[in-house]
Amino acid sequence: MTLTFDTKRALSRTRALALAATSALALGGPAMAQEYDPDAVINIGSLYEPQNLDNTAGAGQGINEAFNGNVYEALFVLTDDGDVEPRLVEVYDISDDGLTYTFTLKPDVTFHSGDPLTAADVKSSIERVTAESSASSRKRTLEVIESVETPDDRTVIVTLKSPSVSLPYNLSYVWIVNDAATDISASEDGTGPYTLQEWRRGSALALEPFEGYWGEKPMNGGVMFQYFTDATAQNNALLTGAVDIITSIQSPDALSIFTDNPDFTVSEGASTTKELMAFNDRVEPFDDPQVRSAIARAVDKEKLLNAIWGDYGMVIGSFVPPTDPWYVDLTDVNAYDPESAREMLAEAGYPDGFSFTLDTPDYDPHPVVAQFLQNELAKVGIEVKINIITANEWYTKIYKAHDFEATLQEHVNHRDIVFYGNPDFYWGYDNPEVVRLIAESENVGSMEEQTEMLTQANRIIAEDAASLWLYLYPQIVVSTSDVTGYPVNGLNSQFFVSGIKKAE
Amino acid sequence: MLRYLLRRLVILLLSLLIAAVVLFVLLRLLPGDPAAALVGVGATPEQIEAARAQIGSDQPLGAQFVTYLGDLARFDLGQSFVSRASVLEEISRRLSVTLPLTLAAFILALVIAVPLGVLAAVKADRWIGLVLSVVSQIGIAVPVFWLGILLVYQFSLTLRWLPSGGFPLRGYAQPLQAIESMVLPVLTIAIIMSASLMRYVRASMLEVLNSDFLRTARALGESHNGALVRHGLRNAAVPVVSVLGIELSTTFLGAVVVEQVFSLPGMGSMLLLGIQQRDYPNIQGVLLVSTLLVLLTGFLADILQRMLDPRLREASR
Repeated sequence: MTLTFDTKRALSRTRALALAATSALALGGPAMAQEYDPDAVINIGSLYEPQNLDNTAGAGQGINEAFNGNVYEALFVLTDDGDVEPRLVEVYDISDDGLTYTFTLKPDVTFHSGDPLTAADVKSSIERVTAESSASSRKRTLEVIESVETPDDRTVIVTLKSPSVSLPYNLSYVWIVNDAATDISASEDGTGPYTLQEWRRGSALALEPFEGYWGEKPMNGGVMFQYFTDATAQNNALLTGAVDIITSIQSPDALSIFTDNPDFTVSEGASTTKELMAFNDRVEPFDDPQVRSAIARAVDKEKLLNAIWGDYGMVIGSFVPPTDPWYVDLTDVNAYDPESAREMLAEAGYPDGFSFTLDTPDYDPHPVVAQFLQNELAKVGIEVKINIITANEWYTKIYKAHDFEATLQEHVNHRDIVFYGNPDFYWGYDNPEVVRLIAESENVGSMEEQTEMLTQANRIIAEDAASLWLYLYPQIVVSTSDVTGYPVNGLNSQFFVSGIKKAE
Repeated sequence: MLRYLLRRLVILLLSLLIAAVVLFVLLRLLPGDPAAALVGVGATPEQIEAARAQIGSDQPLGAQFVTYLGDLARFDLGQSFVSRASVLEEISRRLSVTLPLTLAAFILALVIAVPLGVLAAVKADRWIGLVLSVVSQIGIAVPVFWLGILLVYQFSLTLRWLPSGGFPLRGYAQPLQAIESMVLPVLTIAIIMSASLMRYVRASMLEVLNSDFLRTARALGESHNGALVRHGLRNAAVPVVSVLGIELSTTFLGAVVVEQVFSLPGMGSMLLLGIQQRDYPNIQGVLLVSTLLVLLTGFLADILQRMLDPRLREASR
């Protein structure tokens, strides 16, 4: 499945030769050929095809991967290292009470259609996300916005109901879309370095560089995301050269083909995907922190991680991954100690253990994890009954109806510790101190204060053993060795492509 | 013949109508609310109500059915809940992959199965007949996805002759790549299909070989092979045609396994995805279109049989 842009390649080769020739003449020294091919098209393999092109219409994580930072930009950008930086904002000012943000937009930014970026576009973009009909998962975080005003073309004034120190972070999710664009579920009009060239559902999505881009030109001549439903088929495509990069390896068994192979580069980054066993903290015996802690101590997480991911990934002691600002290593809080587990269970009133049903989603890796937990907990006298359910059942039975004792799930979002501050969340963790800390951490004046409060909350949640956090998925990106410049952390499924270089 | 054709056409349309009714009833009997599927997880009751009004499921069943039939008559299969794209457009795109895949595999299977099946019957008492019989048994036992993976391993990963999967972005506008990506999938389906077809051809042929009319033809002076070709094949073909019709019609959606192995955007994958995502319009659309295909295939098989066997023509008069 190789898309051949032969003409472009031929031209670039000629151009490279010409450049080499002229530089040889000019410098009189060895020819300086470019290290990379600026017109190369990068083929990227992914398992996450977007459902549609509108991130407020349930397009899924695939649209973040394909479009965030590539086709659409936001006022701020969440970089691959986890920092929030201004993007379409040139400068901004926050009032002393923290309620008014004044953003000045960068000048001379144009949309792909040719229209200039104005404050009106920003206003309509924010309203698109907060609208009644919006299915955006970030809608709630923007509820704090009272109003958006546009006194002139380059100024946007956002007034808040209460201080929200995460506002720039939350705004990094809001695509700035041309207000003249009507239906963006099948087309696009953004300010990013690439335009959508073509999309064939079930097959591939092609982006090409935008001539009128305000910022740095991309380092490649375009990108084609090729979508697979089967991880092995994706690996085969990389092996045969049909794709140059795979955005995230899902089956660790396949890694061995690539790891000691000089033709490929394997990068391990830090993902934000946390595998956990969620207790229903409302029901017995999981309403008792001692029982939860006992269970945490009964499970050898290192062994589990090793069995599934080998040398990759990491064990976590809380819901917070290393790329969140309030990360702290809490793996010692309830480290593996089956003796202590048995003691704690006896103290809590369960010397002979007990039994519970573990609702397990039917897709990888949950069934395997469930069996592992069943074995480990049997050693301390707890009987685990595994009940396999589909993803849809999980949403209705567990997420909405809260009808479960314990369940397995993977949570992919960045900075999602806030889930523990919501007593109505499916796991029903209700600690008033944590609720207070999380709610108030929004209203503080600086990132440092927010980080301090959330780190505190993080500790309490870990000590309460609110859930059993098993491990953090590794973020493994594999590429052919002549391709560089791609993001390795892929935070929030973003995959910025403009820096990707392919050697000549 | 023409009257028969018209009669069969009317039956086909009636069958399609009944299928549409059955589909309508079945989808509404299933547990789960399409409106809830449309708005997704975390929707408020008001949003679900609004969605119900949007898709019309708050209407009485009778009114819903009338709207449904009206839409079908205008070839309006609705919009996908998930992609918001036109279901008919998506199905046509998918059919442009599924139909060539299935038909090419079918023709190749015939090319393999008919000569080999005839040979297996004619030489049934020799070793070659036995070998062919065993080979076809193995072919039936082999799972289609396993064969697909094997072919990928050999021709794609090892020899690098063909791509390991996928379909070009611009489809047939990139003809070389499109054909390249179809070779292995077509081969996979054809090999498996030919194994079972071979057995039917062989069985049918064996019956013909032992028949009276063939002996009569020989007695009247025809050579063994001449009689076989002039009389035998045509007679053997009649029962085989019914089987062919069934095999072909099950492959339209049955190719989903091969589509998954080779990452082809076909109709089977569309149905699979629709079911996983609770995308009711897509599911309904694909089932309707594939029912139509099955009915058409049966219709064509019927016509072909009548053309081959004059006795059938008289029998129904």
